[in-house]
Amino acid sequence: MAASTATLSNSQVIARRRRSNRWPLYVVAVVLTAFFVVPIYLIAVAAMSPPAEISAFPKTLIPRSISFDTLVYFLTFRGVLPSIINSIVVALLTLALSTLIGTPGGYALARYVFRGRDPFRVLILVSRAFPISILAVPLAVTFINWNLYDTVVAVALVHTTLALPTTVLITSSIFLAVPIDLEEAAWTLGCTPAGAFMRVVLPLALPGIAAASIFTFVLSWNEVFAASILTVQSHTLPAQVLASLNESPLPYRFAGGFVLILPSLIFILIIRRYLLNMWGRVVK
Amino acid sequence: MADIVIERLSKTYSGGKAPAVNDLSLTIPDRQFMVLLGPSGCGKTTLLRMVAGLEYPDAGRVMIGGRDVTDLPPRKRDIAMVFQSYAVFPHMTVFDNIGFGLKMKRRPAHEIKQRVEQAAGLLQLEPYLGRYSAQLSGGQRQRVAVARAIVMEPSVLLMDEPLSNLDALLRLQFRAELKKLVKEIQTTTVYVTHDQVEALSLGDRVAVMRAGNILQVDSPMTVYDFPATEFVGGFIGNPPMNFLRVAVRPDAGQTRVVIGDQELPAPAEVAAAGDDTVLLGIRAEYIQASSPNGAALNGLDAQALVVEPLGSHLLITAGVGDQQLKVVTRTDFEVQPGQRLHLQPEVDKIRWLRASDGTLLRA
Repeated sequence: MAASTATLSNSQVIARRRRSNRWPLYVVAVVLTAFFVVPIYLIAVAAMSPPAEISAFPKTLIPRSISFDTLVYFLTFRGVLPSIINSIVVALLTLALSTLIGTPGGYALARYVFRGRDPFRVLILVSRAFPISILAVPLAVTFINWNLYDTVVAVALVHTTLALPTTVLITSSIFLAVPIDLEEAAWTLGCTPAGAFMRVVLPLALPGIAAASIFTFVLSWNEVFAASILTVQSHTLPAQVLASLNESPLPYRFAGGFVLILPSLIFILIIRRYLLNMWGRVVK
Repeated sequence: MADIVIERLSKTYSGGKAPAVNDLSLTIPDRQFMVLLGPSGCGKTTLLRMVAGLEYPDAGRVMIGGRDVTDLPPRKRDIAMVFQSYAVFPHMTVFDNIGFGLKMKRRPAHEIKQRVEQAAGLLQLEPYLGRYSAQLSGGQRQRVAVARAIVMEPSVLLMDEPLSNLDALLRLQFRAELKKLVKEIQTTTVYVTHDQVEALSLGDRVAVMRAGNILQVDSPMTVYDFPATEFVGGFIGNPPMNFLRVAVRPDAGQTRVVIGDQELPAPAEVAAAGDDTVLLGIRAEYIQASSPNGAALNGLDAQALVVEPLGSHLLITAGVGDQQLKVVTRTDFEVQPGQRLHLQPEVDKIRWLRASDGTLLRA
């Protein structure tokens, strides 16, 4: 009895010590969070303020009045709305292409032992090692030859190349987490390998694949260099904003920044829910 | 309903030094419950997976019901398998799990419903048909895995250590249920386990495996009473069979064996084998222990070294010369460590094995 009381108080002491040891962790967490949140907050506040107040000084942390004039001004600016549509088309094309090509690759890496698998795993990342600025001229020439220059397809193809390494690696780790026993059980119950993949593996991997494809969407939405070089008329949103950054007024810049951030923020919120759900409990 | 013929099957995993299954042949008659028993790494699971079609053999062939299935994928072999990890699909309800195979066979919905309910009934799963695997206990998941296999009414039922993930009490209970179930459905079954108690209690026949080979295939009691090798006798039974290294003394009238400074009579075959030393094998429960009051006639003088009360019986570790053996007695037998004992082995339960390779001298 005495012994158990002693252990109890012991563990309480340890718990308290652990808790008190945590405060530097909290400080780091708060500083890091502030580092990312404060600029986003300031941009959001500016984008929601009337154009006249944006240049006002001193700044206030709490907006004096909320107005959508700045955003409307940006969205009706010449070329902005078409570029948003271009961005969405490019991002969806990239998402579809990289998922269709990358998911089977990830599955192969996860399930099959083949000669050179481990070097291949590393080699995949090498495609990211070439700076896009080096590839820009050959890419532009190639796309001109293919009659794809200044099209959303060209941008989507380049974005797919950029996204594929992460898609392959992320999906391969997702497939690794689906026990092979489930697949083998499906085979013994009458499935072809393809049938087992469609009926058992894919449903279980889907949340993870969704998270990976959202990651791809955001990557494409934010990519600016390839989009700027490969398009003249059919700019995506980042390329459009970049092209007109120098001659544009301050409200345009703030609203543009906000519109660029917004999808990423929304998608990260969605991913977060998926990531927490993914392995914690059963997906229905 | 089908027999299984395994012919000269071999399999070496890439990167593996020794073959996992080495030129192995085995015939399992129709409706028989065959247990593959052996320590981990002996190749029993590999053998089962080759019968299932989940591994491809390097050489040899597998026949099910007279049909060569060596080159067929699992789905074309008319088998069903229960996995050690249960492998219950987490994204399907219990009903959909059990009905999955029938759905793949494109059976009509009403037939699936009827057969799933029947299988669920056999395994007491009716209240859980709407649940997902995460909402089930380990024992219930195990039942789903078994129901999912038997609902297929396969020619051959394969089970890979199906009880090993259950806790001890549940394992005991489910073992008995499984035995009853398999008796009812009368399907040819191959059951892999490393648990010798499971093997003895479930099998019509037990194949004891080691290092990719089968050492002995017999009924459970034959395997227990007449182990083909020292390894089999040591692996099966708790405590393992006692083996004493004894010197052979051929005599005109009566062959005798010598342990330390003591002698025991032995049958003539022991001398006929021509070895100087042989192994004397005897199970712990076939040795009568008593206080050393009478003359040691055809028995052994020993010293109790350790006495372990195990509830239903006493387990005594006794020293004879410089060798040890285990003896099981009733719990009311009074003995202290260090005391002298008289040990009387039952003569017809003694097995004689070659000291060189541990094989049985006479069948």
